[in-house]
Amino acid sequence: MAHLSEAAVGKINEICSRYVDEKTPLMMILSDIQREYGYIPLEVQELVSKNTGISVAEIFGVVSFYSFFSLQPKGKYVIGCCLGTACYVKGAQKVIDKFSDLLGIKPGETTEDGMFTIDALRCLGACGIAPAVSINGKVYPKVEINEVSKIIEELKSQEGDKI
Amino acid sequence: MIKTFEELYSKQHDCAVCLASKFKGEEGKRAVVICGGTGCLSSNSAQIKERFESLVEEKGLSNHVTVNQVGCFGFCSQGPFVKIFPEDTLYRGVSVEDVDEIVEKDLIGDQIVERLLYVDPATHTKVAKQDDINFYKKQHRIALEECGMIDPENIDEALGAGAFAGLARVLKMDRQAVIDEILASGLRGRGGAGFPTGRKWQFAYNQPDGEKYVVCNGDEGDPGAFMDRSILEGNPLAVIEGMMIAGYAIGAQNGYFYIRAEYPIAVHRIQLGIKQAQKLGLLGDNILGTGFSFHAHIRLGAGAFVCGEETALLNSIQGQRGMPRPRPPFPAVKGLWDCPTIVNNVETLSVIPYIMRNGADSFASFGTSGSKGTKVFALGGKINNVGLVEVPMGTTLRELIYDIGGGIPNGRKFKAIQTGGPSGGCLTEKDLDTEIDFDTLRERGSMMGSGGAIVMDEDNCMVDVAKFYMEFICDESCGKCSHCRIGTKRMLEILEKICEGKGTIEDIDQLEILASTIHVGALCALGQTAANPVLSTLRSFREEYIEHVRDKKCHAHVCKNLMMYVINPEKCKGCSACARHCPVEAIVGVVKSPYAIDQNKCIKCGMCQSTCRFGAIDKI
Repeated sequence: MAHLSEAAVGKINEICSRYVDEKTPLMMILSDIQREYGYIPLEVQELVSKNTGISVAEIFGVVSFYSFFSLQPKGKYVIGCCLGTACYVKGAQKVIDKFSDLLGIKPGETTEDGMFTIDALRCLGACGIAPAVSINGKVYPKVEINEVSKIIEELKSQEGDKI
Repeated sequence: MIKTFEELYSKQHDCAVCLASKFKGEEGKRAVVICGGTGCLSSNSAQIKERFESLVEEKGLSNHVTVNQVGCFGFCSQGPFVKIFPEDTLYRGVSVEDVDEIVEKDLIGDQIVERLLYVDPATHTKVAKQDDINFYKKQHRIALEECGMIDPENIDEALGAGAFAGLARVLKMDRQAVIDEILASGLRGRGGAGFPTGRKWQFAYNQPDGEKYVVCNGDEGDPGAFMDRSILEGNPLAVIEGMMIAGYAIGAQNGYFYIRAEYPIAVHRIQLGIKQAQKLGLLGDNILGTGFSFHAHIRLGAGAFVCGEETALLNSIQGQRGMPRPRPPFPAVKGLWDCPTIVNNVETLSVIPYIMRNGADSFASFGTSGSKGTKVFALGGKINNVGLVEVPMGTTLRELIYDIGGGIPNGRKFKAIQTGGPSGGCLTEKDLDTEIDFDTLRERGSMMGSGGAIVMDEDNCMVDVAKFYMEFICDESCGKCSHCRIGTKRMLEILEKICEGKGTIEDIDQLEILASTIHVGALCALGQTAANPVLSTLRSFREEYIEHVRDKKCHAHVCKNLMMYVINPEKCKGCSACARHCPVEAIVGVVKSPYAIDQNKCIKCGMCQSTCRFGAIDKI
C-alpha cells in the first residue's frame, strides 16, 4: 500500500465506514471509490479488503466484472458514445469512429495526456435523440459526424480557459 | 406527518384541489410546464425553465403564473417541450431564445406562438393541443398517465393526482385479497417474460413468515428501450407505492430499487420520492397506524446487461459478480440473502397503484384475452415519431408504426421492426397486422421483451443488424456457462466473416446449429435467447445472407468490404471538396473536371459523400 497517500487511505477508510450497517456493502463501497477517484487500483482493493474482511480475490472478481469499475485511471473527459440499437441504426458507429480517428485512440483507451477516454456505451436510454454521446454526464443529442471535431475543440478550449 | 387514513384523505383532497386549480386556470391562473426528462434536459430544458422563472418574476406575473418541470412527454424527437395550461397549448423544439417570445406573446398577449407548434408531416397543418397530435391520439396512458403532468420532485402534486389512494385501499384489505385482485387484473410482468405478476406474488406469499423482500428491477439494459427510465423520472412515487403494495401483499418490510448507474436523474428522483414519503410518514414504521411497516433502499447497477436477469440482479445486490443462479429454486422461494423475494419490473410496479385504485376490471378492460392492460413501447430507429407510446395490448404493428409513429422518414421503405431487443427478433411487412401481445409476438418468432421497438428501413443490412446484436451479447455474456460464452463468440466470428465477404453457404448452416445448441444449453434467459436475432433474420431475410456469401454483395451498402464509393462524373463539378476532406488522400483529380476515387486507398469512411454538395458520390 506504499503508493497511497495518507489522505487517500483516510478517504477510503471513511467510504468503507459509511456502510458498516449493510449486510453486503461491497458494490456500494466500490461505486463510491470509483466516483471519487475514477478508478480502483489493486492497492485500493487491498485496503477495502482489510476494512471489510472480503478477500482481495473476490473484490478483484467484482471490479473486473462490471464495466463501470476501472483498474486504470480514465481521462479527464470520458466520451461515452452510445452504441445502443436506436443509435446504431442511426449511424452511431460512424460517430465513435470519428472520435477515435481524431483523438488517435480506440474505444476503451485514454489519450497520452490523460485528457480523453472514449467509451462505447450500451444504450443511454436517450433513444429519442439518437445518436447520443454523453461526456462526463452531459448528454449531446443527435450528434452528426461533422460536429465531432467541434465538440473536441470545445472541450479543449474549456481546458485552455482554466490554465 | 400523516398518521391516519382521515389525514391522508384530507391531504389528498387539498392537493387535488390545488392541482386542479393549476390546470383549470381558475381566477385567470396560468401554468407553464417544461419537460424534465433526459432527452429534453440534454437540449437545455433546465435553462429554459430558469429563463421562464426569471422572466415571470421580471414581468410581474408571479401571482398568476406558475412554472414547473414535469416528467417526460414521450415524444422525445420533438423536444424540448413547453406546455401552457389551461389552454393546453403544446410548444415543441423550444430553445432558450424562444422563451421571451412565449412570455410576451402567449402569457401576456394571449396569442399562440404559431412557429413553435407541432406540424403534422402528412397534412402540413399546425397542431396546438397535445391530444390532437396523431402521436398521442391512439395512445391510452396508464403507466405514463402522470408523466408530463405532475412535477416528479413534488410529492404534493403526486398526492393530488391520486398517489397512495391505492395503498390506502390495500391497507384495509386482506393480504390474499390483494393478490387475488392482481390475479384478476391479468397483469403480466412487463420486463420481458410476461409471467403473471399475481402468481409470482402468490409463491412468495405462500412461503413461511419471516424476512421477505421486494426488488424493483430498474436495470433497463435492452438497448433501445427507455420506458423504465421515463417512468422513474416522470412518476417515481407510483413505483414506490407499487413496491409498498407488493410488500404488504407478500409480507415484506423491505424493498430494493436496483437502478442502472447510467440513469442519474431517475436515481435522484427515486431518492427524493423516498425522502418525501418518509417525511410525511407514508413510508417507514406503522404506516397510517395500521401496523404495516415498509422501508425502501436504492442500489446502483454498475454496467452489466446480465444484471437485468433477476437472479444475476440479486447477486449484484449481494455485492457479488452479477452471474445468474440456476433456477429452481426461484427467487420467490430463495432470493435475496436466501429469503423469499419477488423481483418486479419498473413498469409492472408502476401500474399496480392504478389497479388497486380503480379495481382489476378497469385494467382488464384493455387488452387481449391473454394479455391485459396497456404496454409502453419505445419506438426508435427509422421512424418519424421517435418516442415512448403506451397503447392497449392488441394494437397492431401497423397502427404503431404508421398511425402513431408517422411512418418511415425520407420516403424510404419499411423493412423490419425489431422487438424484444437482443432476445427478440425481427418482424416484417407480413406481420404488420398482428395484434401485439405477449403470445402473438412469440408465435411470430419474436417477443415482447421490455417493449423496445426499433424500426429499420431498406438502408439497414439485416446481416449487419444480427452481427450488432451478437456483438452485444458476446460483450455482455457473463461467462459462467460455456454455451453462451463460447457459442456466441463463434457465432459472432461467422457473422463477421459473412459481412467481410468471406463467408460460405456452410457457414449459414453452422449458425443455425450453434443457435439451437446455445438455446438448449445456456443457463439463463440471456443465453437461451441470444441467438434469436440471428434466427429471426435468417428466417425472414435468408436471401440477404446468401447474397453476402454467394454474390459478395450487400445491397443495403452497409458492409464495408462489400460496397464502394464512386464519383458520378456527370454530377461532379470538380470542386475538390471531397478530395480535401478525404482522410487518406484517396481522391484525385483536377479542379473543374470530375474527380475519381482510388479504391485501393479508400477506407470507406463516407466523408466524401457527406461533404459533396452535388450528390455526386454514390454507394454501389
